[in-house]
Amino acid sequence: MIKNKIDVEGFNFYYGNFQALKNLNVPIREHQITALIGPSGCGKSTFLRSLNRMNDTIASARAEGKVLLNGKNVYDPDVDVVELRQRVGMVFQRPNPFPQSIYNNVAFGPRVLGMAQKGTDLDNIVEASLKEAALWDEVKDRLNHLATDLNPGQQQRLCIARAVAVRPEVILMDEPCSALDPVATLSVEELMRELSDEYTIVIVTHNMQQAARASDWTGFFWLGELVEFAPTGELFTNPKQELTESYITGRQG
Amino acid sequence: MAAQTNLNSMPPQDEATTPTNWRELVIENLIRLAGISAVLIITMIFLFLLREGFPAFVEVPLSDLFSSRWYPIEDKFGLLPLLAGSLIVTVGAVVIAVPLGLTTAIYLGEIAPPWQREILKPFIEVLAGIPSIVLGFFGWVALAPLIQSMGAPSGLTAFTGSLILAYMALPTIISITEDALYAVPKEYRDGALAIGATQWQTIWRVVLPAARSGIVIAVMLGIGRAIGETMAVMLVTGNAANIPDLGFGALFQPVRTMTATIAAEMGEVAQGSLHYSVLFGIGIVLFIITFAINSLATYFVGGGKRRRGGQI
Repeated sequence: MIKNKIDVEGFNFYYGNFQALKNLNVPIREHQITALIGPSGCGKSTFLRSLNRMNDTIASARAEGKVLLNGKNVYDPDVDVVELRQRVGMVFQRPNPFPQSIYNNVAFGPRVLGMAQKGTDLDNIVEASLKEAALWDEVKDRLNHLATDLNPGQQQRLCIARAVAVRPEVILMDEPCSALDPVATLSVEELMRELSDEYTIVIVTHNMQQAARASDWTGFFWLGELVEFAPTGELFTNPKQELTESYITGRQG
Repeated sequence: MAAQTNLNSMPPQDEATTPTNWRELVIENLIRLAGISAVLIITMIFLFLLREGFPAFVEVPLSDLFSSRWYPIEDKFGLLPLLAGSLIVTVGAVVIAVPLGLTTAIYLGEIAPPWQREILKPFIEVLAGIPSIVLGFFGWVALAPLIQSMGAPSGLTAFTGSLILAYMALPTIISITEDALYAVPKEYRDGALAIGATQWQTIWRVVLPAARSGIVIAVMLGIGRAIGETMAVMLVTGNAANIPDLGFGALFQPVRTMTATIAAEMGEVAQGSLHYSVLFGIGIVLFIITFAINSLATYFVGGGKRRRGGQI
């Protein structure tokens, strides 16, 4: 029996008066890849950013309900948001390496969290993280070069290295391949598969082939509601809901 | 190359006959004139300065210019006290204004809730609009007695000038730094926060480095404003052309800056006299200093741009 890493229960989310997410109940399985699909504006990115409370930075936003990480509601008042985000890392739509060296990008998290400040300890973390992100061989000779000079695919893998450097439990990916070419996309998908041995991954994607290829579970969002949630193979071959079927076959959306 | 020349020269010849293109041509040339005029005026100012001030550097021996005695009545034209005065007042102003300006900008741009920003920003803009003489008057009436009461022999000191200048440089430093912070993409902040950085760590380790070139410009322009200021400084620094004693006490002695010297003495000199030339010579020195500061700023910004892959 696979354990649930995150359990979302009765979750509502509002931007001012607009309800962006409606009574969501989503189980996220540990060490599996969960894909969230749906048309633009359906709330899947909002949902993703609710899991590590990145929506806290939006002034008018308000959340109701529970997001249980290992059984503990992350919206409880005693939760330290900084610690939560260390445990639930995030990779964004547009690769966003800091305009600093490759080394410093990966070392950023370990430094700010006090895992290591410098020396061999930090070097080891950086090397291990870059290896995990399948980037080490490409950049090992130029760790002091500017990260923003890498190509977009490398930048995105660097962002993944930056995220895994702080040993998170969950990695959220918000359309991580939408700014990448097909080759780079494939390498990120392969990487996700390897990372899922160690991390629980939730990915938002516009690309249904990507969800079908790369995920274990798929959730279909429509106007802020979760229409269907099922093992990926099942959802794509034998959807229970008519809406799901018309969306994945391209008739709706 | 030949093809390029063709492309550039053909269209105006062909189309210049139609009315629309006449208008286009006139506007284009007016704009060009405006652009050139800036260069032209600067060049003329510099040439004029050179013409009026050059005799000073010929007729007064260099050893005299670099002596410590400014006493024009006896033809003693030592610039060192004035250089020292400008330097000490400006450095003092920078030391006060830069940390204060940067922290204010960080507060405004990164930390303050929107309603506070709405209140604070107009006040800072008003500060920029206060005429310098009014600030000088304030320094003379309010600050100087305060400083004297704290133990200085006179309230009119280099430190008083530094305080007033710092206040004048603040709006420049704050608003340009804030613009630079605003230009840092939100993605950088998100990236840092999503790793588990605190807000302060995000600002210190990601936002500030990314805004570095803009911040350098802000500081340089602030310094430029401070070093060129005349009237306010003249009111509050005591105008004694002495080289202050070295050390911390130097801040609390009266000094005279280069700008104040020109302003105070220009009205009394005979045109064409040596004293007159020397005053313009001081102008040349000031011109060179501000030019150097601007060049330095350009160099820093250029370097920053390159290192950041063309992103401003």
